[in-house]
Amino acid sequence: MNLTPQFIIDASYFAAAFLFIYGLKRMSSPVTARSGIVVAGAGMLVAVLASFLYYFGVNDAALPHLSTNVVLALTALVIGTGWAWWSGKRVAMTAMPQMVALYNGMGGGAAAAIAAVELLRTNAVHQTIPLMLAIAGALIGSVSLSGSLIAWAKLDGRINGVWRMSGQQIFNGIVFLATLGVGIYIVFVAHGHAHPGVVAAFFIGALIFGVLMTMPIGGADMPVVISLYNAFTGLAVGFEGYVLQNPALMIAGMVVGSAGTLLTLLMAKAMNRSVSNVIFSNFGDAGGESQGEIKGSQKPAEAGDAAINMRYASKVIIAPGYGLAVAQAQHKLYEFVKLLTDAGVEVKFAIHPVAGRMPGHMNVLLAEAGVPYDMIYDLEDINGEFKEADVAIVIGANDTVNPAARTNKSSPIYGMPILNVDQAKQVYVVKRGQGKGYSGVENELFFADNCNLVYGDAQKVMVAMIQAVKSLEGGGH
Amino acid sequence: MDLATTLTGFVALYIFMLAAFTGYEIIGRVPAILHTPLMSGSNFVHGIVVVGAMYALLNATSTVEQVIGFVGVLLGAGNAAGGYVVTERMLEMFKPSDKKRAGDQKKA
Repeated sequence: MNLTPQFIIDASYFAAAFLFIYGLKRMSSPVTARSGIVVAGAGMLVAVLASFLYYFGVNDAALPHLSTNVVLALTALVIGTGWAWWSGKRVAMTAMPQMVALYNGMGGGAAAAIAAVELLRTNAVHQTIPLMLAIAGALIGSVSLSGSLIAWAKLDGRINGVWRMSGQQIFNGIVFLATLGVGIYIVFVAHGHAHPGVVAAFFIGALIFGVLMTMPIGGADMPVVISLYNAFTGLAVGFEGYVLQNPALMIAGMVVGSAGTLLTLLMAKAMNRSVSNVIFSNFGDAGGESQGEIKGSQKPAEAGDAAINMRYASKVIIAPGYGLAVAQAQHKLYEFVKLLTDAGVEVKFAIHPVAGRMPGHMNVLLAEAGVPYDMIYDLEDINGEFKEADVAIVIGANDTVNPAARTNKSSPIYGMPILNVDQAKQVYVVKRGQGKGYSGVENELFFADNCNLVYGDAQKVMVAMIQAVKSLEGGGH
Repeated sequence: MDLATTLTGFVALYIFMLAAFTGYEIIGRVPAILHTPLMSGSNFVHGIVVVGAMYALLNATSTVEQVIGFVGVLLGAGNAAGGYVVTERMLEMFKPSDKKRAGDQKKA
């Protein structure tokens, strides 16, 4: 066994594959999660450093270009790493989902680029199976690139609303089949020696399909779509790994491909939507007119009164939503919660699986504010406790607490698991105005007898609540 | 192409199958609290694509290949670095709660 460059590369990739899997495993428990990413990061470092040893094994044809290529590779590495590091450090925690989408799209683009280089190598002899996987990876990677960019732009507020046209699904189908047809031509007719224009047409078709597929999807479904594209990129990387005969890409890509697929299914299940539902139909389309008249009226309450009521309660459950994070009110909320717990009130956080913009997103936002994670409960663990709660307070959430999901079969959110806040003795809902939720469905909870609405920006409401409780304690002396 | 490893046919299928099960097992037992960090973490892991892009770029023989390879390495490096930073920032929040409480008491 000689210590050749190829041996070092192979050994490094083996180490990288191990470190990736071990790192992901550590990331799957809250106790070890923080070390997990460091372990996986070490794997990446080892693999990238080893890849410079390709220098000693390039094709003869590439030898004259080698010094240029090395300079290009270093430049691209520095720019790509530097930009991503800088943007990743300064992005706000609330904007994390769209950054994940953006970085994921870049990975899909890189996989597509590998395929493009391979498909343009017209003087090489191509075998059918690698060619098929190159085309499949190119298609999936390109869709992931353009689709993720649209998802990023939508979540970042750069594209507003949804874009639909009549017969869109048929049109999308035609674009997809046409792209697939060109791909089949490249593999089975041209045997990888297609005209560069044909190859370009294939990539353009795939990119357009990614845009068309993502544009009609509403914002509420975006997390599922990002997760799906994450799985897509993983698959594309795995396929291109086969083309390059690179085990690190094959293993890492396929691990992410299957983990991402399962995660997508879990997320869709939490929203009571199937993945095909998310992609081929549109949230908020149904319902609308068919909703029954809601009886009762919305009763406003003062923030101070609500706060004092909670101060003298024995058990309070908080149901936070994305509105809390948008108002940057999570720190003030935790300050208020500490006042309550100091006064002997039992406080728990109830997290809906899709609270925030992705499963677990709300947990991250609360953790950022310093809320210990043993105060935070998942839907299944806490739903039985609302009956015993004196107060349930909903902050910036709407659809995830809408009882229509349990009762109203004509509602588009029917069947989605919800937090049973309506079972608490008293419900407060902190809300900016009388608007509807993300799905566009009216919420009958707001009209219930035991529910009062506290109107206002969540942060200002929390400040008012803190003041009310503090003044109470000050007056006690 | 002179490659020491040949991962074709059934060997490749075995690798893909075992890797797929591994991914499934890792995610299957994860509490919902970690879903977003794990999606971000797996997003980082497929940043390994940068290594493949480097191979393609170092073996580039024409300007077109160099341009595409350059873009590939650029995007792949962005995927890896961005994925790492974002995941690390998310996971930094998961400090054990007893330490947190001790810190809070000090502040109070």
